[in-house]
Amino acid sequence: MNTTAIAGFRRGVLDTLPILIGVMPFGVAFGIVGLTVGLTPLETVLMSLLVFAGAAQFISATMLGMGMADFSLIVFTTLLINLRHLLMGASLAPHLARLPLARQALLAFGMVDETYAITIDRVARHGYSESHQLGANTAAYLAWFLSTLAGVLLGEYIPDPLAWGLDFAMPATFLAMLIPRLDSRTSLAVCLAAAVVAVAAALSLPGKWYIILAALAATIVGGLLEPSPEKEAKA
Amino acid sequence: MRTDIVVIIIAMAVVTFLTRFGAQLAFRRTGIPAWLSRWLKHVPTGILTALIVPALVLPRGSLDLTWHNPYLLAGLVAAAVARRSGSAPLTMGVGMATILLLRFHT
Repeated sequence: MNTTAIAGFRRGVLDTLPILIGVMPFGVAFGIVGLTVGLTPLETVLMSLLVFAGAAQFISATMLGMGMADFSLIVFTTLLINLRHLLMGASLAPHLARLPLARQALLAFGMVDETYAITIDRVARHGYSESHQLGANTAAYLAWFLSTLAGVLLGEYIPDPLAWGLDFAMPATFLAMLIPRLDSRTSLAVCLAAAVVAVAAALSLPGKWYIILAALAATIVGGLLEPSPEKEAKA
Repeated sequence: MRTDIVVIIIAMAVVTFLTRFGAQLAFRRTGIPAWLSRWLKHVPTGILTALIVPALVLPRGSLDLTWHNPYLLAGLVAAAVARRSGSAPLTMGVGMATILLLRFHT
């Protein structure tokens, strides 16, 4: 890397640090949750290293913990949860188009909600920088890996996690992710519809298909209520 | 490590990567169609809701909307904290403290 690239990388890392304060508790919680649902420490850390997707990891760990090691259901749920990345990838695509494919792929691997926000913010202020995006991605990836590891090590020393209220870590984590999303009438309606469908389906259907049904309800209600944008926002 | 779990993890990694890289390839010239973004926008909200609400109101598999349900109470407290503070660590801390307090008293 030349001097400019090193400076960009450092700037990307520094810009990401404040957000990591919010990310690391999720990583620690995931490490503990992984053990709580019966994954081994190695499996838990491996998931953070390979998948690198908080919500999808929590949800699939929950499903595994419920005894549903159903390959297609877990993978399909992961796909559904991460579909939002399609939108983010699409908005970054014009900036990345001129890079070699392998470097595009590396940057795409590290694109999570937080690093996307950092990258798109940098694009708005100073234009796109590959080294800045790489710095943000690297910082977030290391933080996710190390905090998962910390959670796994912490979890090993807690003989009965449930007795410490840690079984509530997951709903609380999801609430912290969900509440900020409920910033409009549409999103409140989506949440309400998903809640009703999820509870009704959980009570009446076998298995845990209520997660998929609630996601479908959210897509339909959200798609119907979301006003058509007057013009496409330029990222 | 169990083979079936590792296979699931690898498959999760593959589909996650495809969601991050797929559109980048497909829409590198045109940008994402507005209709698609409109329909997919609320999927995360739906899935998060589906994981939270049954965990809070069906802690033992049947509907429990009473004050004796500590998950529901702690969930409401955590939601209020999340709304006020917007802080994930604070939300989790207060939520878990509430659960502990309710268990201690019952």
